Amino acid sequence: MLTDLYIPGDSLLHRARPAWKLGVLFLYCTSVFVISHPLMLAAGLALVALGYGIAGLGPRDAFTAIRPALVVLLIIFVAQLWLETLSLAAYVTLRLMALLMAAALVTYTTRASEFTEGILALLSRAPKWVPKDKIALAMSLVWRFIPMIRAQFDEVREAQRARGLERNMLALVVPLVVRTLKTADEVAEAITARSLD
Amino acid sequence: MTTRDITLIALFTALTAVMAVFPPVTLPLLPVPITAQSLGVMLAGGVLGAKRGGLSILLLLVLVAIGLPLLSGGRGGLSVFFGPTAGFLLGWLLAAIAIGWMTEKFWDGLSFVSATLICVIGGIGVMYAVGIPGISLAAGVPFSKAFMGSVTFIPGDIVKALIAAAVMVTVKKSYPIIGQAA
Repeated sequence: MLTDLYIPGDSLLHRARPAWKLGVLFLYCTSVFVISHPLMLAAGLALVALGYGIAGLGPRDAFTAIRPALVVLLIIFVAQLWLETLSLAAYVTLRLMALLMAAALVTYTTRASEFTEGILALLSRAPKWVPKDKIALAMSLVWRFIPMIRAQFDEVREAQRARGLERNMLALVVPLVVRTLKTADEVAEAITARSLD
Repeated sequence: MTTRDITLIALFTALTAVMAVFPPVTLPLLPVPITAQSLGVMLAGGVLGAKRGGLSILLLLVLVAIGLPLLSGGRGGLSVFFGPTAGFLLGWLLAAIAIGWMTEKFWDGLSFVSATLICVIGGIGVMYAVGIPGISLAAGVPFSKAFMGSVTFIPGDIVKALIAAAVMVTVKKSYPIIGQAA
């Protein structure tokens, strides 16, 4: 099943409204980027640490947020060190880490369904020309389709492994895409038959 | 937009998400493994066309932003949009639209060669034109250095462009989607 990156909890940050969290995150990132001063960065890092503390999350969770970008961060650090000075290299890398951790904090404390509800609430107030029900339909369909296509992919891979082709990307992709397109016709017919259109 | 269009958009969003778990292919002499996810971006444009392909990638990015780990390596959440490679995510959207637009333009005489060219221009040209300035901006390194760092990914992307082109031509023959009313 599809799970989000939410970490359960009952802190102030978990209970805050998603729109507020997004607003604060946006403000945070802008100020850390616009006010280029080491003191601002130190304050920013302290703020992130405070946020993780309030949410009851540890350094491990903060590291999880940075880990996928670790290689890129290292390359940037080395490039800066080579082009500029050690202090600037540390500054740029730490600033990126602060942004990554702050953004991840919002993701950790907000369920994907809360965001979805927020988007749908926004849509309900949107002007008439916005195809609200179609956007809502597309979003809910993806939730169902991801496990389905993953299962289809496993089937295709099994079949191609029997032929010794499981490392051949073309042999994996073509059957998967054609099956996907066939599914589209069936699902669309099923939806139309239930008069949802 | 018919119900079928909506279904196709959602399916390609899901397909691109699933491609994150494709077994990565390593080429000899290349330091970086090739992940299939940007192949999904090329296919969304090349199979569905500009409008539906672009919407399908936009939907993927929205779902990633609200916290679903749909990018390769299980990445997701808001932090990927604030990382140094965030420009490439915007690049995905523009690449899908560009590839879709070109595929629609050259649909009647679409061959493996022209499809490959389309994927290279859109999936490499447009993608890097957005992604590299993004790295340069976020990391404060000069454009040329960011470019050098990204060059290692280009051979893999060419392989993906070839695969995407082969799929586009096969799909055009067996199950065409572009060319019908969008």
